[in-house]
Amino acid sequence: MPSQIKRLLVLGVIIVSLFLLLKFLMTPVSFGQFGHYRGLALDEIAAHPVKYIGSKTCIKCHDTIVTMKNEGYHSDIECENCHGPAYKHNKTPKKVKLFKPDSREFCAKCHSVNLARPEKAITQQKINKHHPGKKCITCHNPHEP
Amino acid sequence: MSPQFDHLYQALSKVIGYIYPNEIELSWSILIVLYPYITGLVAGAFILASLERVFNVKALRPTYVIALLTSFAFLLVATMPLIFHLGKPFRAWEIMITPHLTSAMAIFGFVYLWYLMVVLLLEIWFDYRRDLVLWSKETKGFKRWIYKVLSLGVYDISPEALKWDDKLGYAITVIGIPSAFLLHGYVGFIFGSIKANPWWSTVMMPIIFLFSAMVSGIALVMVIYIILNYIRKQKIDMLCLDTIAKYLFYIIIIDFAMESLDQIHRFYEAEESFEIISLLISGKLYITLLIMQVLVGMIIPLLTLGILQFYKPKERVRRIIYLLTGIIVLVGIFFMRWNVVIGGQLFSKSFLGFTSFKLSLIGSEGFLMASIWLIVPFLILAFLFWLFPPWKKSLVEH
Amino acid sequence: MTNKKENLSRRNFIKYAGITAGTVLVSSAISPFNAVLFAANKPKGKGVWYGIAIDIEKCIGCGSCAKTCKIENDVPQEPFFFRSWVEQYTIKKDGTIKVESPNGGIDGFTQSVPANEVQKTFFVPKMCNHCSKSPCVQVCPVGATFESPEGVVLVDENYCIGCRYCVQACPYGCRYVHPVKNVVDKCTLCFHRLKKGLNPACMDNCPTKARISGDLNDPESAIALFISTKNVYVLKPHLNTGSKLYYNALNQEVR
Repeated sequence: MPSQIKRLLVLGVIIVSLFLLLKFLMTPVSFGQFGHYRGLALDEIAAHPVKYIGSKTCIKCHDTIVTMKNEGYHSDIECENCHGPAYKHNKTPKKVKLFKPDSREFCAKCHSVNLARPEKAITQQKINKHHPGKKCITCHNPHEP
Repeated sequence: MSPQFDHLYQALSKVIGYIYPNEIELSWSILIVLYPYITGLVAGAFILASLERVFNVKALRPTYVIALLTSFAFLLVATMPLIFHLGKPFRAWEIMITPHLTSAMAIFGFVYLWYLMVVLLLEIWFDYRRDLVLWSKETKGFKRWIYKVLSLGVYDISPEALKWDDKLGYAITVIGIPSAFLLHGYVGFIFGSIKANPWWSTVMMPIIFLFSAMVSGIALVMVIYIILNYIRKQKIDMLCLDTIAKYLFYIIIIDFAMESLDQIHRFYEAEESFEIISLLISGKLYITLLIMQVLVGMIIPLLTLGILQFYKPKERVRRIIYLLTGIIVLVGIFFMRWNVVIGGQLFSKSFLGFTSFKLSLIGSEGFLMASIWLIVPFLILAFLFWLFPPWKKSLVEH
Repeated sequence: MTNKKENLSRRNFIKYAGITAGTVLVSSAISPFNAVLFAANKPKGKGVWYGIAIDIEKCIGCGSCAKTCKIENDVPQEPFFFRSWVEQYTIKKDGTIKVESPNGGIDGFTQSVPANEVQKTFFVPKMCNHCSKSPCVQVCPVGATFESPEGVVLVDENYCIGCRYCVQACPYGCRYVHPVKNVVDKCTLCFHRLKKGLNPACMDNCPTKARISGDLNDPESAIALFISTKNVYVLKPHLNTGSKLYYNALNQEVR
């Protein structure tokens, strides 16, 4: 075999071995556990904090108002949908208070007339004509609409 | 509104029709236009070199080494735009260590490094080996050290060893031709296999990319050959130049035919995306596609080179025509990549609207950064010409 | 003499042709075409396999889902990055389509087309379809996006290199590049909530319960009932993505 080929073969073997060694050392530990990805990623994603904790937790302290809501037209609506995420308030209820929406625009987001809103799905009002200027909650109790 | 999103708010005001909210900013910008352009030059220059070596087109002998070195210089730079484009460039090693084999982009890790790089390095080595050994004995200092290292400790330049060099060089070139096709074919496949984007998703994409790569590579070597001889004040081999131009002419015909076929087919079938794509071509891509890519980049060179096949003016005039034609071909092929990459992202996947693209001057994906990656290969090539001067080689007949 | 030869060779031809035809016929009867084709998705795995169902007839376009999603998942509030958004389709009487999604629908919608020009109008909530033959998973070069054993398509933000190939490959526009992390981000079906036995945040907060998610492998689940009783469609079925987001009453114009 000519000396060029011998030299090249030696070089080739060295380079390929180096690469295989690197591949073994650098592949993350949990890679390939469930598929072509890092198995640890599943736990990392699952560790993200939960922000909307659900009305089943709200009712533990605010039982009267949640029960009242659950008996009316807004029964299907989660408390946090209007009041925002409650995870901080749940941890330190005295320090962190939740937002209490009271503007017309807030109610209008769901209840204003829009042709795309199925009439069966929700009652709609022409908010420009329906008692303009007054806050909706003056007459309508949001927890007992 | 933090200033980092200013350009997005501007883009929002320029939206036409409806786009999915996440589509406002183009994910693949000018650096991704550059990558297929550069790898196309690599593949094309290599194919020109192999035309001489494997297909025995003797007239191209003067450009054989120039084509190889050009291919190599651009190959060294090819990954740079990609790495600079990544959101996490320091994780780029992952493509080599855990490549996902269903992804065309993962195949790049192996095609690029292990195949074409090895082929190019070996072919240059086999061609230069004799000279490396000779130069390592004749020169002094830094150059001498480099030649010694590159000879890999093999100093045998007997006629027998040289015959082996020739045979091995030939074999490597033969193996290298499909690798050059693969290197650029896979780039076309990266786009052609995206069923979500009808501007990209076509069987013709790898083929179109390949032929336009050959066009650009051949044009590049032609331009470099003319400029190099002008700088060195050498007499140019007109037969060689005429032959390169002839091959350029043939490949442009094929490339033009393939691209036209793709568009005619699109037009005829007129499936779901047809309306939005017609608006794209006649609107946002009017200048870059119809004028720059087709008229300036293809039709004018075709007419010029075509006429020159029959009527040959004086040498000086021909040289200037070839130079200018080569340059506008290179510009045209750049715009072809632009139209594929940028054009494919300008229209929404809802087929109901367009977003806009503004190329900034500075920044990680700006015009200046792109220019750097186009200029650096020429600097590398100049360095290679200084270190391994093709005109000082002891010419060996293949 | 030649006549006999011709007769012989003709006979041979008929004989061999008959044998071949007979073999083909018999073998096709023995193993008839039995490729199994699935209506929607080939059921995967033995455990939970999540799917999503959205009822267009119940969506009122309030944008609570989009708003909740951004807060729950720390998505930047700017109007350029959405894991989930709502679109309003309006088909006018002259046949033209108008689609809008102002800030993804988070601030709600106002009627932009006068009532007398409207032929049809409705809201379409969009989110990641968690496809079972996902083109985005197929193209990831490093294995940073994948389908979890529960059928949820996720992104490993510690492994993603930010090449954006998956963003290009998603036909539904569900992916975006996170402006701070510089990796790709998308809807995770609130995987962190699923693992704690909760529903995805967008579904809990929908006031009309237009969105549900559930176990496609469980024949008694709400989603299985949804699929079996309603006229369900997926987006872009011709792309064969194995989308697991089933819409009820989806109009053909929706892209």
